[in-house]
Amino acid sequence: MSGDEILGVDRLTMRFGGIVAVQDLSFAAERKKITALIGPNGAGKTTVFNCITGFYKPSGGAIRLTHDDGKVIALERLNDFRIAKQAKVARTFQNIRLFPGMTALENLMVAQHNALMRASGFTFLGLIGAPVYRDAEKHAIDLATDWLKRVNLLDRADDAAGNFSYGDQRRLEIARAMCTEPALLCLDEPAAGLNARESAALSELLLSIRNELGTSILLIEHDMSVVMEISDHIVVMDHGVKIAEGSPREIRDDPKVIAAYLGTDEEEAVAVMESGS
Amino acid sequence: MIVSSTNTAKPATGIPALLKTAFVNALIALVLFSLMVGIRTEAGSDGQLTYWTRFGEVASLVAAVFGGSIVIGLLRQWIGPNGTDKLVPPAVRSGMSFLGRYLAPVLLIFTVLVPVIFYDQRYILDLAILVLTYVMLGWGLNVVVGLAGLLDLGYVAFYAVGAYSYALLATNFGWSFWVCLPLAGILAAFWGVLLGFPVLRLRGDYLAIVTLAFGEIIRLVIINWQSLTGGPNGVSSIPRPSFFGIPLDNSDNGLAARLGIEYSPTHRIVFLFYLILALALLTNWVTIRLRRLPIGRAWEALREDEVACRALGINTTTTKLTAFATGAMFGGFAGAFFATRQGFISPESFTFQESALVLAIVVLGGMGSQLGVALAALAMIGGFELFRGLETYRMLVFGMAMVLIMIWRPRGLIGHRAPTVYLTKAQAISSDLVKEGHG
Repeated sequence: MSGDEILGVDRLTMRFGGIVAVQDLSFAAERKKITALIGPNGAGKTTVFNCITGFYKPSGGAIRLTHDDGKVIALERLNDFRIAKQAKVARTFQNIRLFPGMTALENLMVAQHNALMRASGFTFLGLIGAPVYRDAEKHAIDLATDWLKRVNLLDRADDAAGNFSYGDQRRLEIARAMCTEPALLCLDEPAAGLNARESAALSELLLSIRNELGTSILLIEHDMSVVMEISDHIVVMDHGVKIAEGSPREIRDDPKVIAAYLGTDEEEAVAVMESGS
Repeated sequence: MIVSSTNTAKPATGIPALLKTAFVNALIALVLFSLMVGIRTEAGSDGQLTYWTRFGEVASLVAAVFGGSIVIGLLRQWIGPNGTDKLVPPAVRSGMSFLGRYLAPVLLIFTVLVPVIFYDQRYILDLAILVLTYVMLGWGLNVVVGLAGLLDLGYVAFYAVGAYSYALLATNFGWSFWVCLPLAGILAAFWGVLLGFPVLRLRGDYLAIVTLAFGEIIRLVIINWQSLTGGPNGVSSIPRPSFFGIPLDNSDNGLAARLGIEYSPTHRIVFLFYLILALALLTNWVTIRLRRLPIGRAWEALREDEVACRALGINTTTTKLTAFATGAMFGGFAGAFFATRQGFISPESFTFQESALVLAIVVLGGMGSQLGVALAALAMIGGFELFRGLETYRMLVFGMAMVLIMIWRPRGLIGHRAPTVYLTKAQAISSDLVKEGHG
């Protein structure tokens, strides 16, 4: 794939002991576009995600992130929190990981930790109540308020996140990731467990993040209505390898993809498709 | 009493149910106590068995269980989840919540006035100083356990480091208390970081064990490093604190002589009282401030979900270490105060029991709650003294009281959490949602 790429995954391999979860996977995600990573259960999608976001150290291959200013960062060399802090890659989790005992607003304030930490002079200026920190905190609250508005949770800003309904928690987690002001937003099954109306609202939210803020998005998703509607580019994985790549239309008609999802041979899938059409 | 009051399966609602529960509890108490307390047996002078009955005691115990059951039942329904019948009249409830709101300021004003009210009662002043020392230790440990959710069983190590820092610096170099106090804090914080490094990857029970071991290591080093610490003999004749350079003694340039008033040993006690009060309030103020700063929010976030913290770019290593260091620093301050107050310290004062006591204060008070910790310290240390007359039964009464409180309020006296920032309204967060933290 040519053009302006933000994320380039090159021959990524991840082994757990003798098991190869991901093998020689290469793909790219374009800037200000939504790239979807799909595949049947156990295809290795979340493993790829964990490699990109620093929760796993890849056994082989390279992951390059190119910032807007042209700076290239090798993600496989960064670990842990530095990917979020320095490379500006934010992520959400398949099983939601909010801070349940903290309010929605507090969740979004924690997301701005690094900026606030600098403003508070690594706590010392903040402790004596320096105006520079007060301004920064006000700014942080404004940003959080803005995001609460976007995800339609403003009236619940002071409620504990653990009290939210499932759909609200999903949206709050996305808002929290966006409060880190990321270059690349990685969403692990954001539509899981949502009803049709909530899925539609989610699609709208993701499109607005791409169109209005120009944030690049990489998502894993099983809900094909969401994937087909919003993705600009789709990468299909099965058993740790890439089996197809292309636009939503190309993927929809790819017999290899259908075969992977149905768990059958390619020939059978073609037969099914032809009999159906 | 304990067993009979714990039928949590079906909380009683309504007055008849309440009375029924109380009656059943009283009946169980009657059966138990009629033999245990009702008949007293003893070996007579010739070895024969003599016994006599004590029905009066049994009756009062059963009555206490009956009354206690009703009180507990009422409290449960008052505190209990919404939707259950509230038997406590609204007037009493609103009165209680009014009390709850003004409890902290009233308590603070009372504390400030303690030396004025009890000027002649040396015993009460000493007890108040002891309580305040534990309040301060509780607040310090609260940073580590309550906010950051790191279970620390070796907190007394930092108390010891602070105490020995001051004792050794003051006796060897003659440095004043006011120079040594910050040094004691810094040294304790340094040891906090040192402990923090190896335990960064540990959580929950494993963390508790390692911190426990750390507390013992410090104590054993103090015992065995005879040339420096004096070993089991401890360090004696530690200088008393001065009023910013003016000694509080009977000499000609003492404070009393300078002010032209008659010297009294109580002056020093009162001074020590206000000193520990100031130190404790400093701890409280700093903790409250820190909670509202990014570092404090990161501590709480760490307690809630460490993986999510990493995904948000929070350096969990430094966050944990700062929590350890901050908690240890306050422990060090308290230790320095302890040394100057006692004038003599030995490893005896820094046993595991102290760590357990401080941890019990934090857990009993409600993890993360400043007022709860202060109340728990008052109840624990004050209660210890109150039951001194019961001699060996003291621990029994005490253990029973703790079990009862933990049944009644499993998340501590003040279990809910106050948000650190709010848009429209600060509403308390139910403790059910707040994680306890697993290191």
